[in-house]
Amino acid sequence: MSVAVPPQPGQTAGRKGQRKRGGPTQTTDRTKAERKLALMLCAPAVVAMVLVTVYPILYAIVLSVQTVDLRFPEERGFVGLDNYAAVLSSPLWWQDLFNTTFVTVISVAIELVLGMALALVMHRALFGRGLIRTSVLIPYGIVTVVAAFAWFFAFDPSSGFVNNLPFIPEDKAWFGNRWDAFTVIILTEVWKTTPFMALLLLAGLATIDNGLYEAARVDGANAWQRFVKITLPLLKPALLVALLFRTLDAFRVFDSIFIMTRGSQDTESVSILGYNQLISRLNLGLGSAVSVLIFVLVLLIAFVFVRVLGTAVPAQGDKK
Amino acid sequence: MQDRSPRSYLAWTVAIGVILFYALIPVAWLLSLSFKTPATVSDKSFFPQEVTTENYTTLFTGGLDSPLLRPLINSILIALIATLIAVTLASFTAYAIARLSFPGKTAILAGALAIAMFPQISVVGPLFDMWRALGLYDTYLGLIIPYLTFALPLAIYTLVAFFREIPWELEQAAQVDGATPWQAFRKVILPLATPGVFTAAILVFIFAWNDFLFAITLTSSDDARTVPAALAFFTGESQFTAPTGNIAAAAILVTIPIIIFVLIFQRRIVAGLTAGAVKG
Repeated sequence: MSVAVPPQPGQTAGRKGQRKRGGPTQTTDRTKAERKLALMLCAPAVVAMVLVTVYPILYAIVLSVQTVDLRFPEERGFVGLDNYAAVLSSPLWWQDLFNTTFVTVISVAIELVLGMALALVMHRALFGRGLIRTSVLIPYGIVTVVAAFAWFFAFDPSSGFVNNLPFIPEDKAWFGNRWDAFTVIILTEVWKTTPFMALLLLAGLATIDNGLYEAARVDGANAWQRFVKITLPLLKPALLVALLFRTLDAFRVFDSIFIMTRGSQDTESVSILGYNQLISRLNLGLGSAVSVLIFVLVLLIAFVFVRVLGTAVPAQGDKK
Repeated sequence: MQDRSPRSYLAWTVAIGVILFYALIPVAWLLSLSFKTPATVSDKSFFPQEVTTENYTTLFTGGLDSPLLRPLINSILIALIATLIAVTLASFTAYAIARLSFPGKTAILAGALAIAMFPQISVVGPLFDMWRALGLYDTYLGLIIPYLTFALPLAIYTLVAFFREIPWELEQAAQVDGATPWQAFRKVILPLATPGVFTAAILVFIFAWNDFLFAITLTSSDDARTVPAALAFFTGESQFTAPTGNIAAAAILVTIPIIIFVLIFQRRIVAGLTAGAVKG
């Protein structure tokens, strides 16, 4: 099966380009018909994607420079950047941004290590690959809210089994303070999404030529040297794609925090803050400013990955 | 080449055991809680001391007014409809991208990629406002539209990867025999593409089934509320009983379809996830 490896530059033109170069004489009607069909086929999906993302984000920008509070509809009016100033000068925003970044960095780091280990086990296992694959797909497929409840009930001091384990105080209130709550939230995120990371890395591992390892072994390289000198460099494209997607996904963290603490004990994430402003307080102006800021942050993260780390995102969809 | 000594078999068995334990323990805990009686739900024991199915039956007592029946129907219908539409639209797009030559191909794929990374919280407010104005708030359509949109990139990438594997000559042969591009698509490519389409459908269904953010922001009642949202707002039979057993039972019920998918289609899911290389 194809694999998460980005295309080489220049390879993207592919078959189509060659055919075009081959026959400039017969372009006209055939090409026109083909383009027309292509546009018709793509139009519905493109329209849906534009209507549900581009239009709303523009609308969010419009809302964010106004006073729009659905509880006081008559007070609507243009306020310039006041909403942004209000958000950026509020300690809550900075605390939530810290929380979100903290959860993202720690959980993605743990997932990367565990995911790599899991991928290596699946890649090299002598037996039981199907069994492992089936069992790790369950965390991947399970509803995030269900995963959050499962771990919440496991750690809950009144009904959970965790406090019965050795070395853990029986009355430990996991959701009673910020850092213990974060521990459980991060554990839930890691449990749920490590399989995704592992499967992407596994696909990358499958593309590495086994001959390289044999040659390295003949040359006397030990297991660690083979991993660092062969596996890691060749896995870099798959690794960066997996990291990019998981980082942006983790940055949206909402479900597990909502279920476990609802943002209490200072565990709120920026998504929870946006939700509270928009839906609980019906303050669309202020909430939209939060939304737009989150959008800009996500763009920034994507930019850093693509430009600074040189992730060649599979923009052409070419996987070969 | 690989070490096949008994010691390495033992090591692998331990490694696999640890992975299985880690992957399944929370589900096992939910299963255990879901069969405990209210009196023993706090006993912290891993195996229920008194087994009851009451946690499941109370979820459905009262028919459509029961805590779970309406949300369950909503979840199934909304996820199925969103899957159907998303996969249909994505098949058209992926066919064009994989098979036809036209300008704007790169832009569509880059746009789809951007949407896969899009923070959904950023459109929640505008959609909330727009849906209220359009009468889509708290309706099936109001959830189906965002679900299918955000699932489209995943479906498009998966299908493009699958469609590129299909033998191109067959379609040309059909066209040589006089089929139009549309006929060639419908009669030759689509049957060959069914496994890919099926894979995309599973991934889209899992995505729609999983959503929580849109479900709690764009609904306000059981008219369209899906199971994840309903779970978050479950209340106990009285204000003094936590609905732990009921939540656990409902959680197990929504996990069953996922487990069935995984057991039957695990190869396809893995192939789709990695072929798309887009988020899961």
